[in-house]
Amino acid sequence: MMQQAETITASPSKAARARNYARHYGWFIVPAAVVVLAVIIFPWIFTIYVSAHDWHLGGERRWVGFDNYIKLFTDSRFGWAMLRTLFYTVLAVVFPMILGLAAALAFNRKFPLRGLARTIFILPMMATPVAVALVWTMTFHPQLGVLNWLLGQVGLPSSMWIYSANTVIPTLVMIEIWHWTPLVMLLILGGLASLPIDPYEAAKIDGANGWQAFRHITLPLLMPFIVVALIIRCIDALKAFDTIYVITQGGPGSASETINIFLYLQAFAFYNVGYASAVVVVFFAIILALAALLLWTRQRVKMK
Amino acid sequence: MSVEAKRSPAQYRLRRLIGNIGFGFSVLVLVSPAILFFLWMLSLSFKNELDNTDWPPVFIPESPTLDNYREVFARNDFLRFAWNSIVVSFGATGIALLIGVPAGYGIAKMHAMRAAALILIARITPGLSYLIPLFLLFQWLGMTGSLTPIVITHLVITVPIVVWVMISFFEGLPPELEEAALVDGATIWQAFRYVAMPLARPGITVATILSFIFSWNNFIFAMVLAGRETRTLPVAVNNMLTFEQIAWGPLSAAALLVTAPVLILTLVAQKQIVAGLTAGGVKGA
Repeated sequence: MMQQAETITASPSKAARARNYARHYGWFIVPAAVVVLAVIIFPWIFTIYVSAHDWHLGGERRWVGFDNYIKLFTDSRFGWAMLRTLFYTVLAVVFPMILGLAAALAFNRKFPLRGLARTIFILPMMATPVAVALVWTMTFHPQLGVLNWLLGQVGLPSSMWIYSANTVIPTLVMIEIWHWTPLVMLLILGGLASLPIDPYEAAKIDGANGWQAFRHITLPLLMPFIVVALIIRCIDALKAFDTIYVITQGGPGSASETINIFLYLQAFAFYNVGYASAVVVVFFAIILALAALLLWTRQRVKMK
Repeated sequence: MSVEAKRSPAQYRLRRLIGNIGFGFSVLVLVSPAILFFLWMLSLSFKNELDNTDWPPVFIPESPTLDNYREVFARNDFLRFAWNSIVVSFGATGIALLIGVPAGYGIAKMHAMRAAALILIARITPGLSYLIPLFLLFQWLGMTGSLTPIVITHLVITVPIVVWVMISFFEGLPPELEEAALVDGATIWQAFRYVAMPLARPGITVATILSFIFSWNNFIFAMVLAGRETRTLPVAVNNMLTFEQIAWGPLSAAALLVTAPVLILTLVAQKQIVAGLTAGGVKGA
């Protein structure tokens, strides 16, 4: 920021020199730019090209223009996948946000063994998703799974977990909560660490209790961090694939077939890459729109 | 009067004690899902099949066994898959550092916000969406069946992580030292190589750790692109589930072996990981 301001106000010769340097710094970016072009930009553009074709892996391809998109909006299987993704995302955002905020408040206090407790808390986030998903699958076994035993111990009826269409999405969300609440916690904890102390002292003098201080000081000051955590959580929840694929592959039936699973099946089970590319484009547009909306919200929160 | 004065500190202390117990209990509730899960994973991997399918579940085996681990190494090409994983993760991380550290420096110096935004968009795009075009490309180039395409696709994850972390680290460095070097006649490359880079070493550590972990953990790229011989560990362990539905012991042992390097790295480098994740909010594709 400082440097930017300097460049604007500095004499023309200095500005010219800064520009000159900037051109040299361009060389630092060239190798990465080449790679990003090859593995990131090229796939984006090529996907749009493929999506305009009736293109089967190992088969013929035919230019069809927007037909894949038109087909997509009349495909009820895709519609259901969208609804399931919405359901999954809402659950997988709301619960980790609430729990993550609570955990961040807890870990912001000093207590014995705090470092160790925090490390254990963030382990699920770093663990290999496939490995973890396999062990979760074993705990869901209707007859021999440890989770049904736990339910029995506290006097609850056993559940079908991933084996019933009614419980499969909440069960997968449960794993997602276990997995990603730590990231929300870390992002909010970073915010808590940066809060000023003065307002709390003033509030204490004015006789505010803990809840009032939280509601009127902590929460508003923390809002920008909460919104960032919300943005990241929304995008990650929309992107969820590994766990769902490993555990259910979209089943039972198609009860847990989210957009990502639908996309994968179209591309690599039915080899329908043209149609799948249209899904990618629509999905990408949704993610970008959501990110833009949330960034706009963040800007508004910041201005207040 | 004196009774009043005596009682209220006691009451205060009691209330504090109850508060502390409640707080301790809630911390326990927060960490127990993680602890119980990993302990159960450990328990499954050290029990024989009889104990693993017993009802009620056996938590601590009477005679713990290493048979599951032996079976993992005997029945599968586990060492080959581990080697594949090592090649892919180190390769993708190494290349990302080589090109991503200078790029982060360049972007930070030039205030190239559009380049930074592009990196951010790359990070939020689902990994799956890169797979169709890259798969077609590799097929067309005849590159399927070797580890090279897997390393290349992992760059989709590692390059944005490294660039993103490095931008924020280089932006945080005071520019005076490099400027002094430039005034003394150093080239901008020398200023980067001998002044900025040593100062940014903590950032490079963070970028390396995160990039390695998310490459190691990645599943879909290798699942689609790998042949029989080129599977990485997550793909190999997923294949075990498909073919050995009931063998809980070996499956848990394999799962634990796959994730152990990452868990150990997390325990050792917890500080760097937390710093990196909160600075950039990075997570793998």
